[in-house]
Amino acid sequence: MPRDETLSIRSSEDIVLVRQAVRAAAVELRFSLVDQTKIVTAASELGRNTLDYGGGGTVRLEVLQESGRRGIRLTFEDKGPGIPDTERALKDGYTTGGGLGLGLGGARRLCSEFSIDSRPGEGTKVTIARWTT
Amino acid sequence: MERIPILKMGDYLLVTIQVDMHDRLATTLQEDLADRIVKARSRAVLIDISALEVVDSFIGRMLGSIAAIARVLDAETVVVGMRPAVAITLVELGLALPGVRTALNVEKGMDILRQSLSDTVNGHHSEPVAEPADADAQG
Amino acid sequence: MPVASRTAELIQKHEGEILQDWVQAQMTAVTARPDLMQKAELEDQSRTLLQELKHTLASGDGGDIKGSAWQGVRDTLASISQSRARQGFSPSETATFVFSIKEPIFARLQRDLAKDLAALTAETWLINVLIDKLALHTIEVFQKSREDVINRQQRTMLELSTPVVELWDGILALPLIGTLDSERTQLVMESLLTRIVETGAAIAIIDITGVPTVDTLVAQHLLKTVAAARLMGADCLISGIRPQIAQTIVHLGVELGDVTSKATLAGAFAVALKRTGLAIVRSPQRSA
Repeated sequence: MPRDETLSIRSSEDIVLVRQAVRAAAVELRFSLVDQTKIVTAASELGRNTLDYGGGGTVRLEVLQESGRRGIRLTFEDKGPGIPDTERALKDGYTTGGGLGLGLGGARRLCSEFSIDSRPGEGTKVTIARWTT
Repeated sequence: MERIPILKMGDYLLVTIQVDMHDRLATTLQEDLADRIVKARSRAVLIDISALEVVDSFIGRMLGSIAAIARVLDAETVVVGMRPAVAITLVELGLALPGVRTALNVEKGMDILRQSLSDTVNGHHSEPVAEPADADAQG
Repeated sequence: MPVASRTAELIQKHEGEILQDWVQAQMTAVTARPDLMQKAELEDQSRTLLQELKHTLASGDGGDIKGSAWQGVRDTLASISQSRARQGFSPSETATFVFSIKEPIFARLQRDLAKDLAALTAETWLINVLIDKLALHTIEVFQKSREDVINRQQRTMLELSTPVVELWDGILALPLIGTLDSERTQLVMESLLTRIVETGAAIAIIDITGVPTVDTLVAQHLLKTVAAARLMGADCLISGIRPQIAQTIVHLGVELGDVTSKATLAGAFAVALKRTGLAIVRSPQRSA
């Protein structure tokens, strides 16, 4: 059952495929409906960021099973411009008034784990995970 | 190119979104709706999202845009059928869908639209009719 | 050289004897439970497991018991574990059942490989590790099914303790009782939203009269539920706010915003009636 695949994100159709792949994994792990929706939505948000802001990239989908808990980990990577101030980006909402409007803070709230690694000129890597017992 | 179908029922435009839309499809829907509202002189738009398992920020913003565009064109919009899991997720995301009226189902959505249509036609009930010309005759 | 091939051969050649020795050892062991299981059933279980073991070892796909070659053995162990659990065996006793297969196998390995100490040691170790893993598998299956039972019971308790009540057409009430932890609150809120969709209710009243304390997390969940209900197109009120809770809410800095809150369920019901365009009138014949 442990799964590990990497999908490319080069077009908006790819984001649909990512959503479907994440949903399939969540269903297989018997996530509750709300948990499914949360991880798929988070994947959609971050996938879109990778495409629109990062200029395209990849997402690695890992299905994990540890003692007593099951989970999905997603790692979004791009070689785009990078985010200058990740702290601030995490605070930004979706409003178009300054800031990048990446909605990272929102996406973070949907996940059990969230980490971001980004430097200007070096691209961005966002890793999220959602667990269920 | 694939498009989301828009049904016309008298003064009402009905859209049922049943596929997981990629971004271009959503943008096309927005444009098509604006077009149809003008062409059909519609005053009421009902968007049924009961089949959507995921509504992310892009779709959320699209719904907000449609409502705003419709308002500029003097039409009311109601979004119906949002699933509980979707609502919970949107709240967690912090997306409020400002300016978008919602209802639990198509029936209630139509009630709201009928109410607001009749409110603006000075007490006349605007029932869905086959030809816009009939509505003029009641004036 | 396929893994554990010597043992595979061994079982192939001496299956009947190994089975007999094994069952005998189990019946005479200190840990025997004749009160829970008769010899015939013990024999059946042992025979089935031995056969499955024989097949899998013979296929040569030895080492990884989580692999597909071992599916048959895992399934057999799972069903033995579950049926023994039902009969009242402790998980250790079921694991001991699996451990005890080592003795008859080792005894024969010693005889067969007496001339080749290196091979004997290697094979013994292999089987040792394999059987240990299989025994642990039975314990994991046991744990898992206990967890499933607990989860099922929790859900039932949850449903029983937080029923959603239809006070009138289109007006639902959710009386929350007892302390609310984060997980319970989330589950309860999901079920309220689902009921709203099912009944097409216009208004839901969340009554917290029976909740002794409200902390920030619970307050946030309540507010999120109200927000979600509104997003869906229904309205939500909170009632049953006792003075202490009102103070806690203010103290914690929780913003109720434009969420209507009432001290009593009755008060909230009155608001709900008004908002849905209903009224209760006194019947004229009633006057003294």
